[in-house]
Amino acid sequence: MRQHVGSLVQDPRWQLPARNREGKDGVRLLKPSAFEYHAPQSVDEAVKLLADLGDGAKVLAGGQSLVPMLSLRLAYFDHLVDIARIPELQGIRVDADSVTIGATTVDADLEGNDEIASKVPLLAKVTPFIGHFQIRNKGTVGGSVAHADPAAEYPAVALALDAEIEAVSPRGRRTIPASEFFVGFWTSALESDEVLASVRFPIWSGRSGFAVKEFARRHGDFALAGAVVGVTLGAGDVVERCAIGLIGLGPTPLRASAAEQAAVGTAAGDLDLAAVGRAAVDDLTEVPSDLHGSADYRKRVGAAMVERALNEAIEEATRG
Amino acid sequence: MAEAVVRMKINGEDHEGRVEPRKTLADFLREDCHLTGTHLGCEHGVCGACTVLVDGRAVRSCLMFAVQAEGSEVTTIEGIAGPDGELNTVQEAFRTAHGLQCGFCTPGFIVSMTSYLEENPSPTDRDLREALSGNICRCTGYQGIMNACRIAAGLPTSGGGDH
Repeated sequence: MRQHVGSLVQDPRWQLPARNREGKDGVRLLKPSAFEYHAPQSVDEAVKLLADLGDGAKVLAGGQSLVPMLSLRLAYFDHLVDIARIPELQGIRVDADSVTIGATTVDADLEGNDEIASKVPLLAKVTPFIGHFQIRNKGTVGGSVAHADPAAEYPAVALALDAEIEAVSPRGRRTIPASEFFVGFWTSALESDEVLASVRFPIWSGRSGFAVKEFARRHGDFALAGAVVGVTLGAGDVVERCAIGLIGLGPTPLRASAAEQAAVGTAAGDLDLAAVGRAAVDDLTEVPSDLHGSADYRKRVGAAMVERALNEAIEEATRG
Repeated sequence: MAEAVVRMKINGEDHEGRVEPRKTLADFLREDCHLTGTHLGCEHGVCGACTVLVDGRAVRSCLMFAVQAEGSEVTTIEGIAGPDGELNTVQEAFRTAHGLQCGFCTPGFIVSMTSYLEENPSPTDRDLREALSGNICRCTGYQGIMNACRIAAGLPTSGGGDH
């Protein structure tokens, strides 16, 4: 777990009545409250369980965000449905125009994967920023996206690259565009009986470059602010396509659309990168503010991260 | 809540136990298997003292329930040294370079670094620092630990760790 506990507690959804939070001697427990454990072998079985068990059930994937929340008793559920043993949710599929990551594929499987590095470079570049290698050995891509933490890496990449999230429920399958998936703090468009099955990332063609910049006080912490950027250059190095995802600058991961539009159509060498950075944060109204950094400071850091990431992405695209 | 039967191989030996689903792998190792070398510092995934190998990969055993490890092969700090008690390269280096003081965090560092160096046999100094970032030590100031890791990785050591 990386997020400072204080900022977890600030979220009103977690101001729940404490249940069994203290032991009989008044000592704060660091153990989850009791639950029943279910380990379905198929997605159909999992969604049926979720539908039958109702609101008291929660999907468990890698558990690297959920288990600390349970241990701190910031959350409790009567049932955990462990989807990590379902074969059809695991693995990476490469098609002509996209790469589909099964929900319970662990982060470490994207790290050092040559195919991921060549087809969706932003995924390969962002993964080392997630926690520590021990966390990446257990944490999953689908778990991170479903958890919808605004300071997490995969949600921002999914949003920036226009990924598509496939969800399964007893009513069937549906595809949710990333732009409609992140609806609030730790809140996604998934229904309580839906399981995230996979995330499909488009493969960019052309002369493209990608970069990630984060500012964190210690390696592996959630960043105070960060940016993930992709650019495609056309003839004369004119920016044809620009995607900017913002990390830690609002209640959800964000897309810096105004800054993207400011960059597209201009030759890379003529771009005022600092101005694009400022455009990325100017309109933000719900920037977190706490003892680690005020909202104004985070916006300044965010603008600098966008500027630097864009610069690096353009350099990579220029090299071809 | 119903207890579950869990079976797993720990340090090469078969273990079976009846556990509440909410029992973490760390507590199962310590309380049910009496393998108390796995230490619990923060119990929410920050400090790394509880690091063990599950199916060959280093993970935090406080962020995993014992029921999730059903059928897995687990290696704890007790399984790191040779069967005759011979220290492995990382353990030997921690002894040589004073990579510990109170020793509480040491099992997590040793298990993490042993696993890391198996997968990354030629790290840079910076790689080692990143690899260590998931383990917290409150005594040493890390210089002895860094030197131990440098020795284990075959890198030159720097002054400051010896005292």
